[in-house]
Amino acid sequence: MILTLVGVSYGTLDGTAQRTRGVGADILLRPPGSSAIGLSSAPMSDKIPALLMQEPHVTFAMGTMVQPLSGLDSMTGLDIEDFKRLNGGFHYLQGGPLVNDDDIIVDEYYARQKHLKIGDVLNLVNHDWKLSGIYEGGKLARICVKLHVLQALTGNPGHLSQIFVKVDDPSKAQAVVDALRLKYHGYQIYTLEEFTSLLSISSVGLLKSFIAVVIGVAVIVGFIVVFMAMYTAVLERTREIGILKAVGGSSGLILNILFRETLLLALLGAALGIVLTYGTQWLMKHAVPSSLVQETVYGWWPIATGIAVVGALLGAIVPGMKAVQQDVTEALSYE
Amino acid sequence: MNEAGIIEVEGLTKTYQVGDVAVHALRGVDLEIRRGEFVAIIGASGSGKSTLFHILGGLTPMTSGTVRINGRDLAGMTNAERTQLRKTTVGFVFQKYNLLPTLSAEDNIRIVQYIADRDTTFDPAFQEVLGLLGIADRLKHKPRALSGGQQQRVAIARGIVNSPAILLADEPTGNLDSENSAAVLKLMKDLNKRLGQTILMITHDAEAAAYADRLVKMKDGRIV
Repeated sequence: MILTLVGVSYGTLDGTAQRTRGVGADILLRPPGSSAIGLSSAPMSDKIPALLMQEPHVTFAMGTMVQPLSGLDSMTGLDIEDFKRLNGGFHYLQGGPLVNDDDIIVDEYYARQKHLKIGDVLNLVNHDWKLSGIYEGGKLARICVKLHVLQALTGNPGHLSQIFVKVDDPSKAQAVVDALRLKYHGYQIYTLEEFTSLLSISSVGLLKSFIAVVIGVAVIVGFIVVFMAMYTAVLERTREIGILKAVGGSSGLILNILFRETLLLALLGAALGIVLTYGTQWLMKHAVPSSLVQETVYGWWPIATGIAVVGALLGAIVPGMKAVQQDVTEALSYE
Repeated sequence: MNEAGIIEVEGLTKTYQVGDVAVHALRGVDLEIRRGEFVAIIGASGSGKSTLFHILGGLTPMTSGTVRINGRDLAGMTNAERTQLRKTTVGFVFQKYNLLPTLSAEDNIRIVQYIADRDTTFDPAFQEVLGLLGIADRLKHKPRALSGGQQQRVAIARGIVNSPAILLADEPTGNLDSENSAAVLKLMKDLNKRLGQTILMITHDAEAAAYADRLVKMKDGRIV
Protein backbone atom coordinates (compact mmCIF):
# COMPACT_ATOMS: atom_id res chain seq x y z
CA MET A 1 0.00 0.00 0.00
CA ILE A 2 2.77 2.41 0.96
CA LEU A 3 4.84 1.59 -2.11
CA THR A 4 1.86 1.90 -4.45
CA LEU A 5 0.77 5.26 -3.07
CA VAL A 6 4.31 6.61 -3.08
CA GLY A 7 4.78 5.28 -6.62
CA VAL A 8 1.57 7.00 -7.76
CA SER A 9 2.67 10.26 -6.13
CA TYR A 10 6.05 10.14 -7.81
CA GLY A 11 4.54 9.01 -11.11
CA THR A 12 1.95 11.79 -11.15
CA LEU A 13 4.55 14.46 -10.41
CA ASP A 14 7.07 13.10 -12.88
CA GLY A 15 4.38 12.85 -15.55
CA THR A 16 3.45 16.49 -14.98
CA ALA A 17 7.12 17.51 -15.10
CA GLN A 18 7.67 15.55 -18.30
CA ARG A 19 4.68 17.15 -20.03
CA THR A 20 5.77 20.61 -18.87
CA ARG A 21 9.27 20.04 -20.24
CA GLY A 22 7.70 18.80 -23.46
CA VAL A 23 6.22 22.23 -24.12
CA GLY A 24 9.67 23.40 -25.14
CA ALA A 25 9.47 26.75 -23.35
CA ASP A 26 12.24 28.21 -21.20
CA ILE A 27 10.19 30.13 -18.65
CA LEU A 28 6.84 29.57 -16.97
CA LEU A 29 4.72 32.36 -15.52
CA ARG A 30 1.89 31.45 -13.18
CA PRO A 31 -0.59 33.53 -11.20
CA PRO A 32 0.19 34.75 -7.69
CA GLY A 33 -0.62 32.20 -4.98
CA SER A 34 -0.89 29.20 -7.32
CA SER A 35 0.51 25.81 -6.28
CA ALA A 36 3.11 23.85 -8.21
CA ILE A 37 0.87 20.86 -8.88
CA GLY A 38 -2.38 22.34 -10.00
CA LEU A 39 -4.26 25.29 -11.40
CA SER A 40 -7.89 25.81 -10.64
CA SER A 41 -8.49 29.29 -11.99
CA ALA A 42 -7.57 31.63 -14.78
CA PRO A 43 -6.84 35.00 -13.19
CA MET A 44 -4.23 36.36 -15.60
CA SER A 45 -5.08 38.66 -18.48
CA ASP A 46 -4.51 37.28 -21.96
CA LYS A 47 -2.77 40.55 -22.79
CA ILE A 48 0.26 39.56 -20.73
CA PRO A 49 1.88 37.31 -23.41
CA ALA A 50 1.99 40.26 -25.81
CA LEU A 51 3.61 42.40 -23.10
CA LEU A 52 6.12 39.66 -22.30
CA MET A 53 7.17 39.47 -25.93
CA GLN A 54 8.37 43.03 -25.67
CA GLU A 55 10.87 42.09 -22.98
CA PRO A 56 14.55 41.65 -23.89
CA HIS A 57 15.50 38.13 -25.06
CA VAL A 58 11.88 36.96 -25.11
CA THR A 59 11.08 35.58 -28.55
CA PHE A 60 7.64 34.18 -27.91
CA ALA A 61 5.01 33.78 -25.19
CA MET A 62 1.93 31.60 -25.18
CA GLY A 63 -0.87 31.51 -22.65
CA THR A 64 -3.06 28.53 -21.81
CA MET A 65 -6.07 28.02 -19.66
CA VAL A 66 -6.45 24.95 -17.45
CA GLN A 67 -9.87 23.68 -16.43
CA PRO A 68 -9.88 20.90 -13.83
CA LEU A 69 -12.13 17.95 -14.62
CA SER A 70 -13.15 15.04 -12.42
CA GLY A 71 -10.42 13.11 -10.62
CA LEU A 72 -6.90 14.05 -11.63
CA ASP A 73 -7.85 15.03 -15.19
CA SER A 74 -7.82 18.55 -16.56
CA MET A 75 -8.54 20.20 -19.88
CA THR A 76 -6.23 22.77 -21.44
CA GLY A 77 -7.29 25.56 -23.74
CA LEU A 78 -4.62 26.71 -26.16
CA ASP A 79 -4.06 28.41 -29.48
CA ILE A 80 -2.84 25.58 -31.65
CA GLU A 81 -0.86 27.88 -33.94
CA ASP A 82 0.91 29.51 -30.98
CA PHE A 83 1.76 26.05 -29.65
CA LYS A 84 3.15 25.07 -33.05
CA ARG A 85 5.29 28.17 -33.05
CA LEU A 86 6.62 27.34 -29.58
CA ASN A 87 7.75 23.79 -30.19
CA GLY A 88 6.64 22.56 -33.60
CA GLY A 89 3.26 21.39 -32.32
CA PHE A 90 1.84 17.99 -31.50
CA HIS A 91 2.76 14.82 -33.32
CA TYR A 92 -0.53 13.30 -34.31
CA LEU A 93 -0.90 9.54 -34.20
CA GLN A 94 -4.44 9.73 -35.59
CA GLY A 95 -6.49 12.58 -37.01
CA GLY A 96 -5.24 16.15 -36.93
CA PRO A 97 -5.29 19.49 -35.11
CA LEU A 98 -8.16 21.55 -33.78
CA VAL A 99 -10.09 23.13 -36.65
CA ASN A 100 -13.64 23.74 -35.49
CA ASP A 101 -14.64 25.26 -32.17
CA ASP A 102 -16.08 21.97 -30.94
CA ASP A 103 -12.97 20.00 -31.80
CA ILE A 104 -10.97 18.32 -29.07
CA ILE A 105 -7.64 16.53 -29.19
CA VAL A 106 -6.32 14.06 -26.61
CA ASP A 107 -3.06 12.25 -26.01
CA GLU A 108 -2.59 8.54 -26.67
CA TYR A 109 -2.93 7.60 -22.99
CA TYR A 110 -6.24 9.34 -22.49
CA ALA A 111 -7.51 7.89 -25.78
CA ARG A 112 -6.46 4.40 -24.69
CA GLN A 113 -8.03 4.74 -21.24
CA LYS A 114 -11.32 6.01 -22.66
CA HIS A 115 -11.23 3.76 -25.75
CA LEU A 116 -11.62 6.77 -28.01
CA LYS A 117 -11.40 6.97 -31.78
CA ILE A 118 -11.50 9.87 -34.17
CA GLY A 119 -14.99 11.29 -34.56
CA ASP A 120 -16.16 10.22 -31.11
CA VAL A 121 -18.14 12.76 -29.11
CA LEU A 122 -16.99 13.57 -25.57
CA ASN A 123 -19.07 15.49 -23.12
CA LEU A 124 -16.78 17.57 -20.92
CA VAL A 125 -17.53 20.83 -19.10
CA ASN A 126 -21.17 20.31 -20.08
CA HIS A 127 -20.27 20.55 -23.72
CA ASP A 128 -20.13 18.02 -26.54
CA TRP A 129 -16.75 17.87 -28.23
CA LYS A 130 -15.79 15.99 -31.35
CA LEU A 131 -12.48 14.16 -31.22
CA SER A 132 -10.36 15.42 -34.12
CA GLY A 133 -6.92 14.16 -33.18
CA ILE A 134 -4.91 11.80 -30.98
CA TYR A 135 -1.36 12.98 -30.36
CA GLU A 136 1.80 11.50 -28.91
CA GLY A 137 1.89 11.96 -25.15
CA GLY A 138 4.40 13.98 -23.18
CA LYS A 139 3.51 17.50 -24.29
CA LEU A 140 1.65 20.06 -22.20
CA ALA A 141 -1.60 18.23 -21.39
CA ARG A 142 -3.72 15.15 -22.02
CA ILE A 143 -6.83 16.98 -23.28
CA CYS A 144 -6.71 20.17 -25.38
CA VAL A 145 -9.35 22.43 -26.91
CA LYS A 146 -9.33 25.89 -28.41
CA LEU A 147 -8.46 28.54 -25.86
CA HIS A 148 -11.22 31.03 -26.60
CA VAL A 149 -13.87 28.30 -26.54
CA LEU A 150 -12.80 27.05 -23.12
CA GLN A 151 -12.57 30.63 -21.82
CA ALA A 152 -16.11 31.29 -22.97
CA LEU A 153 -17.49 28.02 -21.65
CA THR A 154 -16.03 28.55 -18.20
CA GLY A 155 -16.85 32.24 -17.93
CA ASN A 156 -13.25 33.36 -18.17
CA PRO A 157 -13.08 35.32 -21.41
CA GLY A 158 -9.68 36.95 -21.83
CA HIS A 159 -8.12 35.10 -18.94
CA LEU A 160 -5.22 32.65 -18.68
CA SER A 161 -3.96 30.12 -16.16
CA GLN A 162 -0.31 30.03 -17.16
CA ILE A 163 2.06 31.48 -19.72
CA PHE A 164 4.99 29.72 -21.40
CA VAL A 165 7.85 31.94 -22.52
CA LYS A 166 10.59 31.20 -25.03
CA VAL A 167 13.87 33.15 -24.98
CA ASP A 168 16.49 33.57 -27.65
CA ASP A 169 19.24 31.99 -25.55
CA PRO A 170 18.28 29.36 -22.93
CA SER A 171 21.38 30.21 -20.90
CA LYS A 172 19.84 33.65 -20.30
CA ALA A 173 16.57 32.22 -18.98
CA GLN A 174 17.48 32.84 -15.33
CA ALA A 175 18.43 36.46 -16.02
CA VAL A 176 15.14 36.99 -17.83
CA VAL A 177 13.26 35.40 -14.91
CA ASP A 178 15.03 37.73 -12.47
CA ALA A 179 14.07 40.71 -14.56
CA LEU A 180 10.45 39.57 -14.92
CA ARG A 181 10.15 38.96 -11.17
CA LEU A 182 10.99 42.60 -10.56
CA LYS A 183 8.44 43.75 -13.07
CA TYR A 184 5.65 41.26 -12.42
CA HIS A 185 5.68 41.36 -8.64
CA GLY A 186 3.81 38.50 -6.93
CA TYR A 187 3.62 36.31 -10.04
CA GLN A 188 5.28 32.94 -9.82
CA ILE A 189 7.95 32.96 -12.47
CA TYR A 190 10.36 30.06 -12.94
CA THR A 191 12.75 28.73 -15.47
CA LEU A 192 11.33 25.42 -16.71
CA GLU A 193 14.23 23.63 -15.07
CA GLU A 194 13.48 25.26 -11.72
CA PHE A 195 9.76 24.54 -11.99
CA THR A 196 10.16 20.87 -12.84
CA SER A 197 12.61 20.47 -9.96
CA LEU A 198 9.83 21.76 -7.68
CA LEU A 199 7.66 18.87 -8.75
CA SER A 200 9.01 16.51 -6.12
CA ILE A 201 7.52 15.01 -2.98
CA SER A 202 9.63 17.13 -0.67
CA SER A 203 8.93 20.36 -2.55
CA VAL A 204 5.19 20.06 -2.75
CA GLY A 205 4.03 20.80 0.75
CA LEU A 206 0.54 19.35 0.40
CA LEU A 207 1.82 16.13 -1.13
CA LYS A 208 4.47 15.82 1.56
CA SER A 209 1.76 15.99 4.21
CA PHE A 210 -0.38 13.56 2.21
CA ILE A 211 2.44 11.02 2.03
CA ALA A 212 3.08 11.43 5.76
CA VAL A 213 -0.59 10.74 6.50
CA VAL A 214 -0.61 7.73 4.15
CA ILE A 215 2.47 6.28 5.81
CA GLY A 216 1.00 6.96 9.25
CA VAL A 217 -2.23 5.18 8.33
CA ALA A 218 -0.28 2.32 6.74
CA VAL A 219 1.83 1.91 9.88
CA ILE A 220 -1.24 1.93 12.15
CA VAL A 221 -3.19 -0.46 9.91
CA GLY A 222 -0.11 -2.69 9.53
CA PHE A 223 0.45 -2.66 13.28
CA ILE A 224 -3.17 -3.63 14.03
CA VAL A 225 -3.19 -6.35 11.37
CA VAL A 226 0.09 -7.84 12.57
CA PHE A 227 -0.95 -7.48 16.20
CA MET A 228 -4.22 -9.33 15.58
CA ALA A 229 -2.50 -11.93 13.40
CA MET A 230 0.15 -12.64 16.02
CA TYR A 231 -2.40 -12.60 18.84
CA THR A 232 -4.51 -15.13 16.95
CA ALA A 233 -1.43 -17.18 16.10
CA VAL A 234 -0.48 -17.36 19.77
CA LEU A 235 -4.01 -18.37 20.75
CA GLU A 236 -4.08 -21.04 18.07
CA ARG A 237 -0.72 -22.30 19.21
CA THR A 238 -1.46 -22.30 22.90
CA ARG A 239 -1.13 -26.06 23.09
CA GLU A 240 2.08 -26.04 21.04
CA ILE A 241 3.56 -23.41 23.33
CA GLY A 242 2.50 -25.52 26.30
CA ILE A 243 4.29 -28.52 24.78
CA LEU A 244 7.45 -26.51 24.24
CA LYS A 245 7.32 -25.25 27.81
CA ALA A 246 6.61 -28.75 29.14
CA VAL A 247 9.68 -30.19 27.46
CA GLY A 248 11.87 -27.46 28.91
CA GLY A 249 11.49 -24.59 26.45
CA SER A 250 12.40 -21.35 28.19
CA SER A 251 10.55 -18.05 27.85
CA GLY A 252 13.47 -16.74 25.84
CA LEU A 253 13.23 -19.65 23.42
CA ILE A 254 9.50 -19.20 22.89
CA LEU A 255 9.87 -15.43 22.42
CA ASN A 256 12.72 -16.11 20.06
CA ILE A 257 10.53 -18.43 17.99
CA LEU A 258 7.70 -15.90 17.91
CA PHE A 259 9.96 -13.04 16.96
CA ARG A 260 11.76 -15.01 14.27
CA GLU A 261 8.42 -16.05 12.84
CA THR A 262 7.21 -12.45 12.94
CA LEU A 263 10.38 -11.20 11.29
CA LEU A 264 10.08 -13.80 8.56
CA LEU A 265 6.41 -12.93 8.01
CA ALA A 266 7.22 -9.22 7.86
CA LEU A 267 10.04 -9.75 5.36
CA LEU A 268 7.91 -12.07 3.24
CA GLY A 269 5.06 -9.56 3.46
CA ALA A 270 7.34 -6.75 2.36
CA ALA A 271 8.66 -8.84 -0.52
CA LEU A 272 5.11 -9.72 -1.53
CA GLY A 273 4.18 -6.04 -1.27
CA ILE A 274 7.02 -5.15 -3.62
CA VAL A 275 5.89 -7.79 -6.10
CA LEU A 276 2.30 -6.55 -5.83
CA THR A 277 3.37 -2.99 -6.72
CA TYR A 278 4.35 -4.36 -10.13
CA GLY A 279 0.84 -5.75 -10.36
CA THR A 280 -0.79 -2.42 -9.53
CA GLN A 281 1.64 -0.70 -11.90
CA TRP A 282 0.59 -3.03 -14.72
CA LEU A 283 -3.06 -2.55 -13.85
CA MET A 284 -2.80 1.25 -13.89
CA LYS A 285 -0.81 1.22 -17.11
CA HIS A 286 -3.46 -0.84 -18.84
CA ALA A 287 -6.65 0.33 -17.16
CA VAL A 288 -6.08 4.03 -16.39
CA PRO A 289 -2.86 5.09 -18.18
CA SER A 290 -4.01 8.69 -18.32
CA SER A 291 -5.32 9.22 -14.80
CA LEU A 292 -2.77 7.28 -12.76
CA VAL A 293 0.89 6.65 -13.37
CA GLN A 294 2.81 4.54 -10.89
CA GLU A 295 6.57 4.60 -10.76
CA THR A 296 8.81 2.05 -9.09
CA VAL A 297 10.48 4.02 -6.32
CA TYR A 298 13.38 1.78 -5.29
CA GLY A 299 14.43 4.13 -2.49
CA TRP A 300 11.19 3.33 -0.69
CA TRP A 301 11.71 -0.45 -0.70
CA PRO A 302 13.93 -0.47 2.40
CA ILE A 303 11.75 2.18 4.07
CA ALA A 304 8.55 0.18 3.54
CA THR A 305 10.32 -3.02 4.61
CA GLY A 306 11.56 -1.27 7.74
CA ILE A 307 8.05 -0.06 8.57
CA ALA A 308 6.69 -3.60 8.08
CA VAL A 309 9.39 -5.17 10.25
CA VAL A 310 9.16 -2.61 13.07
CA GLY A 311 5.34 -2.70 13.04
CA ALA A 312 5.31 -6.49 13.06
CA LEU A 313 7.83 -6.82 15.87
CA LEU A 314 6.02 -4.25 17.98
CA GLY A 315 2.77 -6.07 17.29
CA ALA A 316 4.29 -9.35 18.46
CA ILE A 317 5.41 -8.05 21.85
CA VAL A 318 2.07 -8.27 23.69
CA PRO A 319 1.04 -11.76 22.50
CA GLY A 320 4.65 -12.85 22.91
CA MET A 321 4.73 -11.80 26.54
CA LYS A 322 1.31 -13.41 27.04
CA ALA A 323 2.64 -16.65 25.59
CA VAL A 324 5.61 -16.92 27.91
CA GLN A 325 3.58 -16.08 31.00
CA GLN A 326 1.05 -18.78 30.22
CA ASP A 327 0.56 -21.64 32.70
CA VAL A 328 1.87 -24.89 31.22
CA THR A 329 -0.94 -27.11 32.46
CA GLU A 330 -3.59 -24.69 31.20
CA ALA A 331 -1.84 -24.47 27.87
CA LEU A 332 -1.67 -28.25 27.53
CA SER A 333 -5.39 -28.61 28.19
CA TYR A 334 -6.22 -25.97 25.53
CA GLU A 335 -8.39 -27.36 22.73
CA MET B 1 13.98 -41.78 53.47
CA ASN B 2 15.93 -44.25 51.39
CA GLU B 3 19.15 -42.79 49.98
CA ALA B 4 18.38 -44.29 46.58
CA GLY B 5 15.10 -42.35 46.33
CA ILE B 6 15.00 -40.50 43.04
CA ILE B 7 11.65 -38.97 43.96
CA GLU B 8 11.13 -38.05 47.61
CA VAL B 9 7.87 -36.45 48.67
CA GLU B 10 6.94 -35.46 52.23
CA GLY B 11 3.78 -33.74 53.43
CA LEU B 12 2.96 -32.41 49.96
CA THR B 13 -0.13 -30.26 49.72
CA LYS B 14 -1.68 -28.34 46.88
CA THR B 15 -4.59 -25.99 47.20
CA TYR B 16 -6.25 -24.29 44.26
CA GLN B 17 -8.30 -21.19 44.74
CA VAL B 18 -11.43 -21.36 42.59
CA GLY B 19 -13.17 -18.06 43.17
CA ASP B 20 -13.74 -17.87 46.90
CA VAL B 21 -13.46 -21.62 47.32
CA ALA B 22 -10.20 -23.34 48.29
CA VAL B 23 -9.91 -26.74 46.61
CA HIS B 24 -7.50 -29.08 48.40
CA ALA B 25 -6.18 -31.29 45.61
CA LEU B 26 -3.37 -32.82 47.68
CA ARG B 27 -3.71 -33.13 51.45
CA GLY B 28 -0.32 -34.32 52.62
CA VAL B 29 1.28 -36.83 50.27
CA ASP B 30 4.31 -38.90 51.29
CA LEU B 31 5.96 -40.95 48.57
CA GLU B 32 9.35 -42.36 47.71
CA ILE B 33 10.33 -43.83 44.37
CA ARG B 34 13.69 -45.53 43.96
CA ARG B 35 15.94 -45.27 40.94
CA GLY B 36 14.98 -47.82 38.27
CA GLU B 37 11.48 -48.42 39.61
CA PHE B 38 8.35 -48.57 37.47
CA VAL B 39 5.60 -47.21 39.67
CA ALA B 40 1.96 -46.73 38.82
CA ILE B 41 -0.17 -44.23 40.70
CA ILE B 42 -3.75 -45.30 40.43
CA GLY B 43 -6.87 -43.54 41.50
CA ALA B 44 -10.25 -42.30 40.43
CA SER B 45 -10.84 -39.00 38.75
CA GLY B 46 -10.35 -36.19 41.31
CA SER B 47 -8.10 -38.26 43.53
CA GLY B 48 -5.21 -35.82 42.99
CA LYS B 49 -2.99 -38.03 40.87
CA SER B 50 -2.75 -35.56 37.97
CA THR B 51 -1.92 -32.74 40.38
CA LEU B 52 0.85 -34.88 41.81
CA PHE B 53 2.07 -35.58 38.27
CA HIS B 54 2.16 -31.83 37.49
CA ILE B 55 4.05 -31.00 40.67
CA LEU B 56 6.60 -33.79 40.25
CA GLY B 57 7.15 -32.66 36.67
CA GLY B 58 7.72 -29.08 37.69
CA LEU B 59 4.69 -27.95 35.71
CA THR B 60 2.89 -26.54 38.72
CA PRO B 61 4.27 -25.17 42.02
CA MET B 62 3.29 -26.90 45.26
CA THR B 63 1.53 -25.21 48.19
CA SER B 64 3.56 -26.82 50.99
CA GLY B 65 5.69 -29.84 51.78
CA THR B 66 8.94 -31.18 50.40
CA VAL B 67 9.60 -32.65 46.99
CA ARG B 68 13.07 -33.74 45.93
CA ILE B 69 13.66 -34.88 42.35
CA ASN B 70 17.03 -36.49 41.79
CA GLY B 71 18.24 -34.71 44.91
CA ARG B 72 16.93 -31.26 43.96
CA ASP B 73 14.37 -29.59 46.17
CA LEU B 74 11.42 -28.23 44.22
CA ALA B 75 10.23 -25.99 47.06
CA GLY B 76 10.76 -22.35 46.26
CA MET B 77 11.98 -23.09 42.73
CA THR B 78 11.47 -20.24 40.33
CA ASN B 79 9.80 -20.72 36.96
CA ALA B 80 13.19 -20.71 35.30
CA GLU B 81 14.49 -23.37 37.68
CA ARG B 82 11.45 -25.55 37.05
CA THR B 83 12.00 -25.10 33.31
CA GLN B 84 15.58 -26.27 33.81
CA LEU B 85 14.30 -29.30 35.74
CA ARG B 86 11.99 -30.25 32.87
CA LYS B 87 14.81 -29.77 30.43
CA THR B 88 17.37 -31.91 32.19
CA THR B 89 15.77 -34.29 34.65
CA VAL B 90 12.22 -35.18 33.69
CA GLY B 91 10.73 -36.60 30.51
CA PHE B 92 7.00 -36.57 29.81
CA VAL B 93 4.50 -38.81 28.09
CA PHE B 94 1.00 -37.37 27.92
CA GLN B 95 -2.37 -38.96 27.30
CA LYS B 96 -2.94 -36.83 24.19
CA TYR B 97 0.62 -37.41 22.91
CA ASN B 98 1.22 -33.66 22.62
CA LEU B 99 3.38 -33.82 19.52
CA LEU B 100 3.97 -30.63 17.57
CA PRO B 101 1.74 -31.06 14.49
CA THR B 102 3.94 -29.12 12.08
CA LEU B 103 7.07 -31.16 12.80
CA SER B 104 7.93 -34.66 11.64
CA ALA B 105 8.21 -37.44 14.21
CA GLU B 106 11.99 -37.12 14.00
CA ASP B 107 11.92 -33.36 14.57
CA ASN B 108 9.50 -33.78 17.47
CA ILE B 109 12.22 -35.86 19.12
CA ARG B 110 15.11 -33.66 18.05
CA ILE B 111 13.49 -30.48 19.34
CA VAL B 112 13.92 -31.58 22.95
CA GLN B 113 17.59 -32.26 22.21
CA TYR B 114 17.81 -28.77 20.72
CA ILE B 115 16.07 -27.23 23.74
CA ALA B 116 18.51 -29.03 26.05
CA ASP B 117 21.46 -27.76 23.98
CA ARG B 118 22.44 -31.29 23.05
CA ASP B 119 23.69 -32.80 19.83
CA THR B 120 20.61 -33.39 17.71
CA THR B 121 21.84 -36.59 16.13
CA PHE B 122 20.60 -39.95 17.37
CA ASP B 123 23.41 -42.05 18.82
CA PRO B 124 23.50 -45.83 18.13
CA ALA B 125 21.98 -46.63 21.52
CA PHE B 126 19.02 -44.37 20.80
CA GLN B 127 18.69 -45.78 17.30
CA GLU B 128 18.29 -49.14 19.02
CA VAL B 129 15.57 -47.67 21.24
CA LEU B 130 13.77 -46.36 18.15
CA GLY B 131 13.92 -49.87 16.76
CA LEU B 132 12.53 -51.22 20.00
CA LEU B 133 9.72 -48.68 19.83
CA GLY B 134 9.01 -49.75 16.25
CA ILE B 135 9.04 -46.24 14.79
CA ALA B 136 12.42 -46.22 13.03
CA ASP B 137 10.70 -46.27 9.61
CA ARG B 138 8.06 -43.68 10.57
CA LEU B 139 10.36 -40.86 11.62
CA LYS B 140 9.86 -38.71 8.52
CA HIS B 141 6.10 -38.65 8.93
CA LYS B 142 4.09 -35.85 10.51
CA PRO B 143 1.97 -36.83 13.54
CA ARG B 144 -1.25 -36.70 11.50
CA ALA B 145 0.13 -39.51 9.33
CA LEU B 146 0.74 -41.76 12.34
CA SER B 147 -1.68 -43.92 14.28
CA GLY B 148 -2.41 -43.14 17.92
CA GLY B 149 -0.11 -45.95 19.02
CA GLN B 150 2.69 -44.71 16.79
CA GLN B 151 2.25 -41.15 18.03
CA GLN B 152 2.49 -42.34 21.61
CA ARG B 153 5.68 -44.26 20.80
CA VAL B 154 7.14 -41.08 19.27
CA ALA B 155 6.13 -39.28 22.46
CA ILE B 156 7.93 -41.95 24.52
CA ALA B 157 11.03 -41.58 22.34
CA ARG B 158 10.86 -37.82 22.85
CA GLY B 159 10.47 -38.36 26.59
CA ILE B 160 13.64 -40.41 26.92
CA VAL B 161 15.91 -39.02 24.19
CA ASN B 162 17.78 -36.84 26.69
CA SER B 163 18.11 -39.75 29.14
CA PRO B 164 16.09 -38.08 31.90
CA ALA B 165 16.33 -39.38 35.44
CA ILE B 166 12.57 -39.92 35.47
CA LEU B 167 9.95 -40.55 32.82
CA LEU B 168 6.56 -39.27 33.91
CA ALA B 169 3.63 -40.74 32.03
CA ASP B 170 0.12 -39.35 32.45
CA GLU B 171 -2.51 -41.85 31.29
CA PRO B 172 -0.25 -42.93 28.40
CA THR B 173 -2.81 -45.42 27.10
CA GLY B 174 -5.87 -43.28 27.75
CA ASN B 175 -6.39 -42.57 24.04
CA LEU B 176 -5.38 -45.98 22.71
CA ASP B 177 -7.28 -49.15 21.91
CA SER B 178 -6.49 -52.27 23.92
CA GLU B 179 -4.02 -53.66 21.38
CA ASN B 180 -2.01 -50.44 21.16
CA SER B 181 -2.30 -49.95 24.92
CA ALA B 182 -0.74 -53.33 25.56
CA ALA B 183 2.03 -52.62 23.04
CA VAL B 184 2.87 -49.24 24.59
CA LEU B 185 2.83 -50.61 28.13
CA LYS B 186 5.07 -53.52 27.12
CA LEU B 187 7.48 -51.04 25.59
CA MET B 188 7.56 -48.99 28.74
CA LYS B 189 8.15 -52.11 30.76
CA ASP B 190 10.91 -53.09 28.35
CA LEU B 191 12.56 -49.65 28.63
CA ASN B 192 12.41 -49.94 32.39
CA LYS B 193 14.02 -53.37 32.39
CA ARG B 194 16.57 -52.87 29.63
CA LEU B 195 17.65 -49.30 30.31
CA GLY B 196 16.80 -49.06 33.98
CA GLN B 197 14.60 -46.06 33.18
CA THR B 198 12.68 -44.86 36.23
CA ILE B 199 9.02 -44.53 35.27
CA LEU B 200 6.15 -43.02 37.18
CA MET B 201 2.85 -43.67 35.46
CA ILE B 202 -0.46 -42.09 36.36
CA THR B 203 -3.46 -44.15 35.40
CA HIS B 204 -7.01 -44.99 36.40
CA ASP B 205 -6.80 -48.29 34.53
CA ALA B 206 -5.99 -51.30 36.73
CA GLU B 207 -4.88 -53.34 33.71
CA ALA B 208 -2.34 -50.70 32.76
CA ALA B 209 -1.19 -50.36 36.35
CA ALA B 210 -0.48 -54.09 36.44
CA TYR B 211 2.55 -53.55 34.21
CA ALA B 212 4.26 -51.54 36.96
CA ASP B 213 6.52 -52.98 39.67
CA ARG B 214 4.60 -51.17 42.36
CA LEU B 215 1.16 -49.64 42.73
CA VAL B 216 0.42 -46.52 44.71
CA LYS B 217 -3.24 -45.80 45.26
CA MET B 218 -4.59 -42.29 45.73
CA LYS B 219 -7.92 -41.13 47.06
CA ASP B 220 -9.12 -37.64 48.01
CA GLY B 221 -5.65 -36.12 47.73
CA ARG B 222 -3.93 -38.71 49.85
CA ILE B 223 -2.05 -41.94 49.29
CA VAL B 224 -4.02 -44.82 50.74
